[in-house]
Amino acid sequence: MLAFILFVLIIVVGTSGELCMGRAMRETGELERLHPGHAASLIWRAIRVKWLWIGITMMAIAFFSLLLLLSFEAVSMVVPVTALSYLVGALGGTFFLGERVSRQRWFGISLVCIGVVLVLLGK
Amino acid sequence: MLKHPHRKTYLLIGVMVVCGPIGNLLLAKAMRQIGNIRFWPPAELLATLPKIISSPTLWIGIVLLITFTVAYMLALSLADYSFVQPAAAMGYVIIAVLGVTVLKERVSLLHWVGIGVICLGISFIRGTDPRTTVSRR
Repeated sequence: MLAFILFVLIIVVGTSGELCMGRAMRETGELERLHPGHAASLIWRAIRVKWLWIGITMMAIAFFSLLLLLSFEAVSMVVPVTALSYLVGALGGTFFLGERVSRQRWFGISLVCIGVVLVLLGK
Repeated sequence: MLKHPHRKTYLLIGVMVVCGPIGNLLLAKAMRQIGNIRFWPPAELLATLPKIISSPTLWIGIVLLITFTVAYMLALSLADYSFVQPAAAMGYVIIAVLGVTVLKERVSLLHWVGIGVICLGISFIRGTDPRTTVSRR
């Protein structure tokens, strides 16, 4: 049961954290030019967006859940399941960020998911 | 240089793909070298602290992971999350290729099949519009 809760935390909370980071960047603006100074000022502005901090907190929770889970479950069992985060990410992108995920992108994401599981099982 | 409309996005994903997995590998390697860290009693942590901060592997790993995160943030300022996140799975391909060429590791058939499926998936994702929303600013 604890393992299941930790899996959910890692996949759902971890991916949600990244989605919040995406939301923060959307509110910050676009990287218009590939210039270090411009990039630094964009990151500096992002630091003052609350979504970034919500995201960082969620990613930290997911990270420590992963450490805890790895302390009693085998890596070979934990890591392949994390491939589900690609599907959770696409759902979050659709409903939280309002992205239009086309059928072609869904297909590609599903393939990536399967591929990652195969890579991790093949280790 | 060719001015592709999504040149910046591809470049940033490229930085993520190289820095993320290598950073993780170096961090894991450094942690194995350091061994078990005991946080209690504090004297124990104090004793291992010099070992931790003097590990160049650890620092290079941390710098790479920070670079990864910054590139991730910048990529998300330009493209969809549902585009960038799966595209970054290209990192698995980099790791396998590095494993074979640099570390002379043996990679199983199943692993190569997985790499092929990831590449195929990314080629489908690449065929979609990277940005389907508008920035709020």
